[in-house]
Amino acid sequence: MQCYLPFMSVTTIPLTILGLESSCDDTAAAILREDQDGIHILSSVVSGQTDLHAAFGGVVPEIAARAHAEKLDLMVEAALQQANVSLAQINAIAVTSGPGLIGGVLSGVMAAKGLALGLGIRLIGVNHLAGHALTPRLTDGIGFPYLVLLVSGGHCQFLRVDGPQDFTRLGGTIDDAPGEAFDKTARILGLPQPGGPSVESAARNGDPRRFALPRPLLDRPGCDLSFSGLKTAVLRARDALISEKGGLTEQDRADLCASFQAAVADVLAEKSRRALADQGDLTAFAVAGGVAANQTLRAALKEVAGDTPFLAPPLALCTDNAAMIAFAGLELFRLGVADDMTLAARPRWPLDQTAPALLGSGKKGAKA
Amino acid sequence: MTTHTPPIPAQDLPVLGRVTLKSAVATTELARRIGGVLRAGDTLLLSGDLGSGKTHFARGLIQTRLTTTEDVPSPTFTLVQTYDAGDVEIWHADLYRLTDAQEAWELGLDHAFETAICLIEWPVRLGDDIPVNALWLVFETDPDAEDTRHLTLRGKVDLPLARRVAPLMVS
Repeated sequence: MQCYLPFMSVTTIPLTILGLESSCDDTAAAILREDQDGIHILSSVVSGQTDLHAAFGGVVPEIAARAHAEKLDLMVEAALQQANVSLAQINAIAVTSGPGLIGGVLSGVMAAKGLALGLGIRLIGVNHLAGHALTPRLTDGIGFPYLVLLVSGGHCQFLRVDGPQDFTRLGGTIDDAPGEAFDKTARILGLPQPGGPSVESAARNGDPRRFALPRPLLDRPGCDLSFSGLKTAVLRARDALISEKGGLTEQDRADLCASFQAAVADVLAEKSRRALADQGDLTAFAVAGGVAANQTLRAALKEVAGDTPFLAPPLALCTDNAAMIAFAGLELFRLGVADDMTLAARPRWPLDQTAPALLGSGKKGAKA
Repeated sequence: MTTHTPPIPAQDLPVLGRVTLKSAVATTELARRIGGVLRAGDTLLLSGDLGSGKTHFARGLIQTRLTTTEDVPSPTFTLVQTYDAGDVEIWHADLYRLTDAQEAWELGLDHAFETAICLIEWPVRLGDDIPVNALWLVFETDPDAEDTRHLTLRGKVDLPLARRVAPLMVS
């Protein structure tokens, strides 16, 4: 059960928080400290598996809870060592308690409970998406309200952020996330995984106008997006080339990548423009999530931001990490939020529980 | 002593029905009809290339069984999405990213096969652990018609599940 402890909120300074994140393919730990001078990331370590990815032609998920648990121990040790902090100096533990891969979330929550109980300190369950959405406050100290485009392998949504627990979803993908579309495009074209960097790199030498790929859902009002049909369009364009001339040249690949990337950028930019137009006074328009690393997409988003300050946190804080979980925990700590030993792992946990469900294509096909 | 019998590959199982779906809407409608007859313990194995409509079909099926509308995202990144459909859970899995059939055990799929309605994309990743009483839905694109999908139903003839689903294989 989550409760509020109103008299413990702002009093602890300096405050040192340990953050744990194991809801996706990576396992991470970080230590954050708030003192009179502000908020400092003392350490942030991620046990990624990027080195393994290419070998399997797909991003390898960490499924076993046991493997996560072992990695968590190592990550916590590394985070403490890098921060030059001992466990006894930790004031609170923030842990991703959803949404995500169940084995990972469970092992993170169990580890956090064990540490909180053993050290007699506060436990705070954090929504993984809230971690991403609050990151612009960690990196740039912006105030509310602001707009975030969260764009990653598994997520794509526009969130209006009015407080550490106050999120409104303005729109999102009705099928695949853009990161998934990048990975699948790479699969279709025989490029290495993860697809984000390899498609972006191939696109640099490509002509974005050679293939007229669809801009899904641009004909529909609102901020919802669709990327499944775009992936299928890339597949069709590839098959047409193969049946025409027996294979793909390096230039064909580059042009397909550039055309695909341009379609994603156009759609994200136009939907961002609509989201911004609807919201009036915002302190900033920020992008978060791994796909935010793509330079073409960043440039397109920056352009539509216009007079609204555009923020793109550094890549290490855009992709999955535990510093953002520690920071979200810090925000909740200030509000007096605390969880007890009944904190549950939630594989599904929408940030905005009032937003209507995204129903997916069905009535009309997701083609523009 | 029990001996482990490897599953029969999909292409060696009898064809129980074929249907041509001329649009995404037609696929959704078939998914809804099939969704209406599924019960706890039923497993559909959705096979076919990238972009052949597996997730689209699963989304239509899940939405017809949900008691409250909610998002049905692609399970590619989370591997499994579970849904509460009243008295039964629906498991929607995309096993493409699995590298070892053992990992399915970590996901709890063995238990789900017995108690839930399971929709499994990329079931070949299960290797010898593919449930023998499951039905295969094989999706194929049409080189001449962008929106058309050809769907083949395969499985053991005497399955109660097959008797419920096969008559629905009409466009």
